[in-house]
Amino acid sequence: MLTNFAALEVGQHLYWQIGNIRLHGQVFLTSWILLGALLVFISLGTKKMENDPKGLQNLLEFLWDYIRDLARTQIGEKVYRDWMPFIGTLFLFVFVSNWGGALIPWRLIKLPSGELGAPTADINTTIALALLVSLSYFYAGLSNKGWRYFEYYVHPTPIMLPFKILEDFTKPLSLSFRLFGNILADELVVGVLVFLVPLILPIPVMFLGLFTSAIQALIFATLAAYYIGEAVEEHH
Amino acid sequence: MLAFNFFGATEGGLFDINATLPLMAIQVVALTYILNSLFFKPVGNVVEKREKFVSNNIIEAKNKLSEVKKLEAELLTQLQSARTEAQRIVSEAEDESDKLYKEALELANNEANASKEKARLEIESQTSAARDELSKQADDLSELIVNRLILEK
Repeated sequence: MLTNFAALEVGQHLYWQIGNIRLHGQVFLTSWILLGALLVFISLGTKKMENDPKGLQNLLEFLWDYIRDLARTQIGEKVYRDWMPFIGTLFLFVFVSNWGGALIPWRLIKLPSGELGAPTADINTTIALALLVSLSYFYAGLSNKGWRYFEYYVHPTPIMLPFKILEDFTKPLSLSFRLFGNILADELVVGVLVFLVPLILPIPVMFLGLFTSAIQALIFATLAAYYIGEAVEEHH
Repeated sequence: MLAFNFFGATEGGLFDINATLPLMAIQVVALTYILNSLFFKPVGNVVEKREKFVSNNIIEAKNKLSEVKKLEAELLTQLQSARTEAQRIVSEAEDESDKLYKEALELANNEANASKEKARLEIESQTSAARDELSKQADDLSELIVNRLILEK
């Protein structure tokens, strides 16, 4: 049983060696396939933009509106325009990665080592995203308020200073591990269930996985927007 | 690079952090720029253009509606004044015809009275004339009777 469990190949990677650096090849392969599909989809939808939207354009406009609402409610009316592409990219990247990982039967493609799956089930991807969010909110705060950004650390009282500093570390940590843990756990649960009971039983879990995937994308984008909004907010 | 061993693998593991991280970060930043020029800008332009179009149309429609309401009120006051004017004219005409009727009636009454008076006077004069004639004939007759009685004696 345990040896079979290992057939899930947890923690195995397809290594690419470029000079001195090593990469997780399977992460890049799946992300290129999924992002390629996303870009093709978007190019098709925006090819012929009309004032009276039809078909794909409708869907893309709905998506755009959804992302705008998300950015606007979290970041605020004043600067949400600057950050909307970043928030939207995070949302789309995480969403496409999660759903792509859950919906496409990657297992059918055999790799010499490791297996294809959601790019967000790799800790490197989620930490990269989380660090980008950290950099973004620092940049947003500093570019909008200059040095007054650091007033945030002693707001409303200087007692908050250690906690606010701690938050700068817990924010990327929680962002990255939440996403990583959820997606990896979903893949593992589905994998184990498929292995144990190959028929019917995994289907509800797969649907749950799709739900979790979508929710995680929304959570990641919302939190990123919230952090940026917190950094640019004016205290009175 | 930082690397944790997990699940006893000599290499890799769940928390194997390597150059995938910065490269993925660069990929996401690049994706942000690509999506911005491919998706967010063009769709945003179209949507915001349409939103502006719609809100302009709504403002225009509201202006037109208020204009229509103003015109309606104006028309209503005009209608009101026309109605009162018509009423005034009708009542004036009624007064006029009333007056004319009364005048005509009075004139006719006067005329009738006058001719009645005239007729009465004439009757009176004829009556007195007839009475005079009668009394004269009575005198004549009495004289005749007296003369005959005297002559027979």
